[in-house]
Order: sequence, then C-alpha cells, then structure tokens
Amino acid sequence: MNPSLSRYRRNLLSFFALVGFFLIWELACRALHVSDLVLPKPSQIVVVLVEKMPILWPHTLQTLMTTLAGFFLGVIAGLLLGMLIGSSKLAYDIAYPLLVGFSSIPKVAVVPIFVVWFGSGTVPAILTSMVISIFPVVVNVATGLASTEPELEDVLRVLGARKRDILWNVGLPRTLPYLFASLKIAITLAFVGTVLSETVASNKGIGNVMMIASGNFDVALVFAGLFILAVLGVALYAISSLLESRMTGWTQRKTHADM
Amino acid sequence: MNQDITAFAPRPLIELSAVSVQYGGGTVALDRTDLQIDQGEFIALVGPSGCGKSTILKLVAGLLGATHGGVIVGGREVGAVGTQKRKIGLAFQNPTMLPWLSIRDNVMMPLKIVEPYRQYYRSKKKGEFRERAEALLEQVGLRGFGDKRPWQLSGGMLQRASLCRALIHEPDILLLDEPFGALDQFTREELWDTMQALWMAKRPTVLLVTHDLRESAYLASRICVMSSRPGRIIQDTPVDFARPRSLESSYAPEFGALVHQLRMRIAEARAESDTKERSNAAATIAVLEGETP
Repeated sequence: MNPSLSRYRRNLLSFFALVGFFLIWELACRALHVSDLVLPKPSQIVVVLVEKMPILWPHTLQTLMTTLAGFFLGVIAGLLLGMLIGSSKLAYDIAYPLLVGFSSIPKVAVVPIFVVWFGSGTVPAILTSMVISIFPVVVNVATGLASTEPELEDVLRVLGARKRDILWNVGLPRTLPYLFASLKIAITLAFVGTVLSETVASNKGIGNVMMIASGNFDVALVFAGLFILAVLGVALYAISSLLESRMTGWTQRKTHADM
Repeated sequence: MNQDITAFAPRPLIELSAVSVQYGGGTVALDRTDLQIDQGEFIALVGPSGCGKSTILKLVAGLLGATHGGVIVGGREVGAVGTQKRKIGLAFQNPTMLPWLSIRDNVMMPLKIVEPYRQYYRSKKKGEFRERAEALLEQVGLRGFGDKRPWQLSGGMLQRASLCRALIHEPDILLLDEPFGALDQFTREELWDTMQALWMAKRPTVLLVTHDLRESAYLASRICVMSSRPGRIIQDTPVDFARPRSLESSYAPEFGALVHQLRMRIAEARAESDTKERSNAAATIAVLEGETP
C-alpha cells in the first residue's frame, strides 16, 4: 500500500465530509423552512461575508494580531517560567500544585480585573489571551526538563558542564517536542482568550462584531463572524502543527523505528 | 607549584583513604574503604548488588562527596575545586544518546563542554574534531555510522558509541558503570575485545563496575571484590593473564579458577552480610526491649 496515496485519499475524504456538512445544512434549512433569525443558510452567510468584508476585515486583523501578541507573550512567559520550575526538583515540587491551582481558575473571571486595571480595549484582550496560553507551555516545558535522564546529566557534569550547558545542550532540545505540543494547545486557547475579552470589554475585533450583531438580531453576521473565527483558528493550528513536525521530526521517526 | 613537587614521588593516581559515605536516609554505602589505583591500571570492581561499587565511581568522578575520609585524584582532593581539573570519561549501562543528534554529534558532545576544546568548537577546529570522532568510531567498528541517528542502531552499537563519547576528549580516567550489562552474551563478548583494544591503545586508567565475573577477569589488570553493604574491599587480586586476551583464553583452566574463586568469595560476602543483618536486627530488638545492646 502506498502511504502517500492513502494520505491523499484521507484528505480528499475529509474535504468531502466538510462540503457534505454545509450541503446538508443548506438543504435542511430550505426543506424545513428554518427562519433566518434562528439559523441562516450557508449561502446567506457567504453573501454577508462578501458584502461586509470591507467592514469585517479590520476586525479580523485586530483579532488575529491580538491573539498573536497574547500568544507570543504567553509562550515567552511560559518558557521562562517552565525553565525556572523544571530546572530543579525542589522548584518543580513546590510550584506544581500552585500552577494547577492557577490554571483551574476560569479565565473569563480575570477579564473584569484586567478591565479595571487597563480599561477596556486591546490591552485586556492581549492579557487574557496571554494568561490563558501560559499554562500549557509552563507545564509541558517544566515536565520536559524534569524528565532529563540523570545518567546523562552525570556524564556531562563530570566533563565540567555548568547548569547552563546542560540546559542548552540537553534540557531544551529534549523539551522541544513537549513545547511544540503545547504550542498547538496554546494558540487555540489564546484565540479563545481574545474573543472572550473582545466580547466582554472591547469596541474592536470579531468578538465585538458578533456581540453587536447578535444585539441587532443580524444572525447572518454572527455566523459570518463565527466562520472567520473558524478559518483563523484552523489556520493558526495548522501553522503550529507544521512547525512542530519540522522541528521535532526525530520524535516521530523514533516511534516509527520502534514499531 | 607544590603539586608539581609532590608529583615526583610515585603516588597513585587515585587514592581513597578511609572513605565512608552515608546517604541522606542513613544508609551507609561505603565504610572506611581504602583503594589505591595507579596510572594506567584497569580495575574491575565486583561484589554483591548494593555494595557501593557505583558509589566509588561517583566519588572519583566528583559527583558525590565523601562523608568521611579523603578522595584524592591526581594529587588533588576531589570536590575541593568546583570545576573538574582531571579529564574524566563516563559511560553507563544506558547509552543515553541524544535522539536529535547524529551518532557523530553525540560522540563529539563532550568537546562542546570540556575546556580547552569548547572554545574551538565553533571555529575551524570542528573539522578536526569530526575526524577524531570518525577515527574513534572506526576503532570500535562503527565506521560509516556517524551520520545515523541513535534509533537506527542496535543496543550493542549504541554502547560502542557511548564508549566513543566517553573517550573523545582523551580522558586520563575512564569510569564505566556496568556498560555491557544490558547486552546479550555474544554482543557483550565482542565489546570486551573492543574495550580491551581501546585500553591497550591509549592506556587510560579504567575503573569498571560489573556484575559479570568473567568480564572482570577478561578485562581487568586488578580485581577488587567488595563486601555487602556497607561496602569495603575484601579482596584485591592482580590479573596477570597475557594480553590481548581472547575468548579462547577465557576458557583456560587458570581463567576458570580465578572466576570460580571470585564467585566463592562473593557468596561468602553475601552470607556474612546475612548474619550481620540478623545480628543487627537482634540488637535493634534488644534496644526496643530496653536492654543495653
């Protein structure tokens, strides 16, 4: 069996499944005479998307930029914090319960606090998306670092390696697969954070557009916003997924070799 | 300067004098152990499991500090200086190759870290280092495997690469903690020959911890037998068989006799520790019952 062919076929099938989904949606709406106020037809949504694009585009960019800013800040903060926690057993044991505690706070709850501190707008949105994307990165990086083989550390310490050498040559490369796995989660979460904050406390962004449209009973526009969010989300996920397979190919090949 | 003057006196390279090690939990791993090792010797440490063989390696490596007594390597107290002055190579049962590097880069890893090599690592000398790694790989029979990834090699091959990594910076002292323990008998015997050839070529001082008595008799120039915990050296036997030793010679009667004698000595040590433990337990009970032991 040719694996590239089967992969091509799989992709083709997913594509047809997607098209089928919209087709059934469209047909069901027409057959059952569903009101546009409840569930607009996909064709209507596309029309709204095209017509309102000049208005929607700046908001799309706003949401994208906010998400990326929050994501990058979150990843950097998460990386530093993860390195700190993962670098010693003691730090790991002390910080881990705290981390679990903080990460279980619903992040919607922090938006009002950010609004109090920074006013409504872009800043709380960036912060929310940062806060929400920190945790998977911290946890994964810390775990990756903490799982370095003690024997290997001995081999390097005998050579006169400093803590920094071990971190750079062994710890961080070993952590890469964990880091990239967490990036996929973090980018999706950052997106959630942005839209959340935009919906609650902003005058820009797709979240805000959807909020206003729903107030005006412009349901087609709400769905158009949802559609844009879906496309952005999938694109960002795909990019980080691609990056992951590029950077950490050795883990995947390893599992193949073990089979 | 003083160091150079004392160097004139023929002193052993490694000197453990009355070293005791007690771990945090109260376990005494070593009890007033003395051991002298001269430059160029091949020492095998054998003994029942948990007798502190690996502890001795860690002491010499400076990874562990002695609770009492002194560990002197090359005329210097180990652990007194933060950074390692002696060049030491280390290999374990687990080859711990880094999966994201090629075998050659894995072997060259120490050069990235050890002075004075590390300052040249990024400069022109890298090509020279690469050649050195290739030469070593060829010596252990891994010619042409430099570009492979660790997962493409068998356990025996990885262990060969691990030996190369331990030797790439031309250490004076090679510390081996059961390096062939996880290999099958045939591969293990092949690696004995590789190890012997490596030692005969450069004559580093080797300290080998092993459970395999045939291995110790095959490779070592001196075998130290240790007692059960807390470990002490209870027998110190030179091994004078001609080199290079071969599989054939390992079936000679005197070889068999040595292995047999070692086996009996360790059986004794184990039995002694059993009685010791029983009397300790009796003493503890006596204390609990309020009697003076």
